[in-house]
Amino acid sequence: MRIYQFTEQPYFPGWDKHSGSLRVNFLNRNCDPHIAADLFHRYYDEWQLADELGLDIMLNEHHQTATCMSSTVVVGLSVLARITKQARLLVLGYPIGHRPDPLRVAEELSTIDVISRGRLDMGFIKGVPYEFPSSNQNPVGVMDRFWEALDFIIKAMTTHDEVFNWEGEYFNYRHVNIWPRVWQDPHPPVWSTTGSTTQAKLLGERGYTMATLGSGYNTRPLYDAYRRGYHAKWGKAAGPDRFAYLGLVAVAKDKDEARKRGDLVAGYLRSSGIVHLPFRNPPGFLSAEDNARMLRGETAPRSYTKDRRVINMASASVDDLIAAGILFCGTPDEVYEQIIDFCQYCGGMGNLLMMGHAGYLTHEQTVDNLSLVAREVYPRLKAWKQPDAAEITAAAIAAEKAPSHRAASTRPGDLVDATLTAN
Amino acid sequence: MAVASPSEAQSLVVNETRIDFIDRGSGPRLLFLHAENGIDPAVPLIDEMAKSARVIAPTHPGYGRSEIPKGMRTIDELSYFYLDLLDQLDLRDLTVVGAGLGGWLAAEIAVKTTARMARLVMANAVGIKVSDRETRDIADIFALTEPEYLQIVYANPEAGKRDYKVLPDAQVLAAARAKEATARFAWNPYFHNPRLKSRLHRIRIPTVFLWGTQDRMLSEAYGRAYAGMIPGARFELIDRAGHFPQEEQPQVFAEKVLAFAKTK
Repeated sequence: MRIYQFTEQPYFPGWDKHSGSLRVNFLNRNCDPHIAADLFHRYYDEWQLADELGLDIMLNEHHQTATCMSSTVVVGLSVLARITKQARLLVLGYPIGHRPDPLRVAEELSTIDVISRGRLDMGFIKGVPYEFPSSNQNPVGVMDRFWEALDFIIKAMTTHDEVFNWEGEYFNYRHVNIWPRVWQDPHPPVWSTTGSTTQAKLLGERGYTMATLGSGYNTRPLYDAYRRGYHAKWGKAAGPDRFAYLGLVAVAKDKDEARKRGDLVAGYLRSSGIVHLPFRNPPGFLSAEDNARMLRGETAPRSYTKDRRVINMASASVDDLIAAGILFCGTPDEVYEQIIDFCQYCGGMGNLLMMGHAGYLTHEQTVDNLSLVAREVYPRLKAWKQPDAAEITAAAIAAEKAPSHRAASTRPGDLVDATLTAN
Repeated sequence: MAVASPSEAQSLVVNETRIDFIDRGSGPRLLFLHAENGIDPAVPLIDEMAKSARVIAPTHPGYGRSEIPKGMRTIDELSYFYLDLLDQLDLRDLTVVGAGLGGWLAAEIAVKTTARMARLVMANAVGIKVSDRETRDIADIFALTEPEYLQIVYANPEAGKRDYKVLPDAQVLAAARAKEATARFAWNPYFHNPRLKSRLHRIRIPTVFLWGTQDRMLSEAYGRAYAGMIPGARFELIDRAGHFPQEEQPQVFAEKVLAFAKTK
């Protein structure tokens, strides 16, 4: 088990000033750059601490929003590549569905990989629904664009003995030969995210590390779809290292303090979906069939507790968030048990993407939270034996036709931080 | 050609792409190119026009049940699809009626060739940019809620209301497909082709603009500027109609089209 410390670098001081939208059209008049600078410094300090504690690091980007000041993730990666020593640096994700220039992406990420001496993990995503109005990329056909960009980036990183030509559907280059070349051989590991079983199977066939975000006790069908795709392509079982899960984490020595922290980090869930309605589901982001179902009001709930109660992430109590596997919260013993329980449910999961800071959690609370995770939870998680991958895969293949393994699909407005649905 | 029952559409394969189309009535030939909200074979407009014309109304690729060729992303590409369709059906001496996005399509076809066209009707048409780079000519419909959208495109917003919970599945899917296809063609650049304006002078057939006066997605000034770029184009208003005069005033719309189609 590896743990990646993640924060969206929120500008939480602005959260009480919105009138219905924290993204796209929440005016930057509400951002004080002096406060923003202090926050950035604080967040980098906390990541530096994570590095010293032996944790890995995850970054992301969002645009035109007070929920996430990281609007260009390569800046954060650049800073951390230089000031951290051991941590893996996972970007999840780099929204290449929106990027006009994947050559630039290949150059940026290769440079980060070299400066960090091979510590980069490359998570690629198409981007959340509300990024389309700001980037102005067409949401229709974004997956085709995504795959062409990804194929191009990998080719650019793995071609060393020729200057190559690329004349594709979306991107055109005649002399590709990026410098510096990547540190890791053949290229930094590729990650992606999904909320759809179709896409999960495809990611399994590609062998990329698959992350799900906020999927809680709806995660297993996605993992099993990946397992089937992986097994069909590679003829072996996907190990737990192929799976990652993003959960909020709030730990304290004292139960009551832990609950208090859980409530503060849940501020992320309560702010994340505050977006002007039309920006939540641009045409083409979901399939026409899914949109037709939504027009009829047939929207499947996305978050379930272990006992199949439906919860709403944006308004759920700390207890319900814990019951849904979205928040791991309590004393170190409790949190260890919750994570193990969840991993068992998943059939194995090797990368916890830990939102160890979010919402209104203070610096002191964050430092204590990360320290407790690193010292009192992490060693036990590392020692824990994951379920047998071969057995789990065999069961996933056998269960393919079982009705309980219905496709889970992504719904806009939920926590689809880096959603990749099959279009 | 088979005659369809009034409420049904036939289908046709153009370049391996199957699309629906209506072929109704007899008389002067009208090609109706529908707007960005798609077309229902039962709309009153088609019957109004079919009273004294042969109305051919295809469902554009990507709308309704029509397939869309892989990779098609622009109205320019769509215009070539229609040029092939006109060749395939060997349609001549056409009065082409384009509404909204269909008007944009009609202009994209006409700047390439008007060999099969005798007249052009543009109704609350999009397709060009007239103001400076920081002034939005066309309201951003993708940034509006459904009620806000209905408010700006209809003189009477009730006219556009749909209860998707009770509509047949096919119509709900068609509504979702219309939105997606429109975004495909019009997301960026937004509802226009920056190259089209400089080509409009090539349209040298009689042209009339019909304009619903209560369109708040487009302004009348936009329509007049557009008409001013096509040599000799006339500009006529339709009252008590917004962006879709063909829906809100089908009779007036049809009368104006039919009168124009009969002019020499």
